[in-house]
Amino acid sequence: MTADSLAAQRPVAARRPLFRRRSAIPGFGLTLGVTLSVLSLIVLIPLSAVALKAAELSPSEFLAAAFSQRALAAYRLTFGAALVAAVVNGVFGVLTAWAMVRYEFPGKTILNALVDLPFALPTAVAGIALATLYAPNGWVGQFLTPLGIKAAYNPIGVTIALVFIGLPFVVRTIEPVMRDLSADVEEAAASLGAGRLATIWRVILPALGPAWLTGFAMAFARGVGEYGSVIFIAGNMPYKSEIAPLLIIIQLEQFQYAQAATIAVVMLVVSFLMLLVINAIQAYSRRFV
Amino acid sequence: MTISIRSVQKQFGRYPALNHVDLEIADGELLALLGPSGSGKTTLLRAIAGLEFPDAGQVLFHDKDVTYASAAARRVGFVFQQYALFKHMTVAKNIAFGLDVRKGKDKPPKAEIAKRVEELLKLVELDGLGGRYPSQLSGGQRQRVALSRALAVQPSVLLLDEPFGALDATVRKSLRKELRRVHDATGVTTIFVTHDQEEALELADRVAILNKGQIEQIGTPREVHDNPASAFVCGFVGEANRFEGQISGGRFVAGPLSLPAPGVADGPAVGFVRPHDFTLAADGVEAKVERVNVQGALVRVDAVLASGARIEIAASRADADRFTGSVTVAAGKSHVYAA
Repeated sequence: MTADSLAAQRPVAARRPLFRRRSAIPGFGLTLGVTLSVLSLIVLIPLSAVALKAAELSPSEFLAAAFSQRALAAYRLTFGAALVAAVVNGVFGVLTAWAMVRYEFPGKTILNALVDLPFALPTAVAGIALATLYAPNGWVGQFLTPLGIKAAYNPIGVTIALVFIGLPFVVRTIEPVMRDLSADVEEAAASLGAGRLATIWRVILPALGPAWLTGFAMAFARGVGEYGSVIFIAGNMPYKSEIAPLLIIIQLEQFQYAQAATIAVVMLVVSFLMLLVINAIQAYSRRFV
Repeated sequence: MTISIRSVQKQFGRYPALNHVDLEIADGELLALLGPSGSGKTTLLRAIAGLEFPDAGQVLFHDKDVTYASAAARRVGFVFQQYALFKHMTVAKNIAFGLDVRKGKDKPPKAEIAKRVEELLKLVELDGLGGRYPSQLSGGQRQRVALSRALAVQPSVLLLDEPFGALDATVRKSLRKELRRVHDATGVTTIFVTHDQEEALELADRVAILNKGQIEQIGTPREVHDNPASAFVCGFVGEANRFEGQISGGRFVAGPLSLPAPGVADGPAVGFVRPHDFTLAADGVEAKVERVNVQGALVRVDAVLASGARIEIAASRADADRFTGSVTVAAGKSHVYAA
């Protein structure tokens, strides 16, 4: 038998490239190609430019810029406030989605539109409005001051702005999943002797888990990167209420481009790691789907 | 446990779903609620479960009024058509749920719950699948999980709403036998809803036939099939050829066909003849054979009477060759009701 005839007998499957399985759904090459090109142009290349810029510094200069006391305080505020805001949104987002999915009430359409407003509103407008409201002499602030609560020009103000910015993410990711939960499942829980609270706690909320994590992660990521609304309500005091994105701007204004890029790199790495962890938790929580 | 339904009424908007329904269910009985969609059978089942509350009337469990008691308080096992499993829990957790949510001293210790889950998995022949998630099971397996989850709480009554409706024919058949076996093994009073008369006749001790929110007849499968109480039951349970005609002098006449109708008043009427009650006979009505269909041990014959009425005849396979061209058939047994 010749080598040619042997080759002809080899199963066709063995010659297929690794990543291309025969599929009835067309366009794998095209879609992946376009995705990677766009992702490169919009995300990967700009981000690697940031890293390159930061690499202009010597290791000791890099460390000094990345982990100065002022920068550390800014990271702590940025990630801390974003986390707290995401948790707050995680709670109120579920309640909002619940109200909108489960009940019919007058003004529901308006509420529905209001939820999306933080997406559309220029963030500076939101920041100024919130600062005016929560300032010690503002509409809401004047009632908080006698209680000893200062809600603007400090980390609490930052958190309030981030709650505003992040709310729609949780509501909009949870809503469709909640709508799809069938009444059957709740009735089954009731017939098995579960009370209303046990049903919500053990049946409904766990089913929302993966969607909730998605919304939480998006609200958190948005909060980390938020700039426009925060700077109006934060007070922007170094070491106290100065967020990392603002610190980057300040460095830029002082022509310290590499130092600005360094802080950006740190934020990038931390954000990426946190999102990676959240996504891993989410993948685990989706194991039953 | 005996269950009594007393004059239960339920209205959805202007549409009455249940209209003065009375029903007694004996302890340990397997009862089918059979009817077309919109007949109120599911509403009745849900009223027994405590998932729906009647506008008037009473539901009694063992002479205890539970009409407005919550589903959780009634200790019923409910199985849904679409399984309604908790997707985020494993099969074992699903089955254990009813025991897990109990509080204080009612809650059995962990080891006991685990043992009960194992027993139930064995009962429905799913041993070893306790660690799977519902999404990893077939439809038939999911419904078995739903069944054992309902049984886990040792319900006083097991209620099933179209339990086999979402399954394919083969699985349906085997699950039917399974339900019968489980019922016989546990002895729990069981009520299931179906629109499939074959299922009801095969599985149930007694069948209640509902139509437009009322019970038309209740009896053993044989009773309702052989002696249908109304034209509706006759048409709905089992197969039947339906004729519209007139009664005069104790006989029902529809075209060439004449059927005995003792005790039915003169006037317009409907008559029914089941396919297997038509037999070849010398002194019958003439029918032109159109098509002969062999189905296992039976032949099903489509034929047309001189009046143009189409009929279906079921005969034994041995007679298959006699159905050619034109034949004469007689109705051995028939049912006639005033229209």
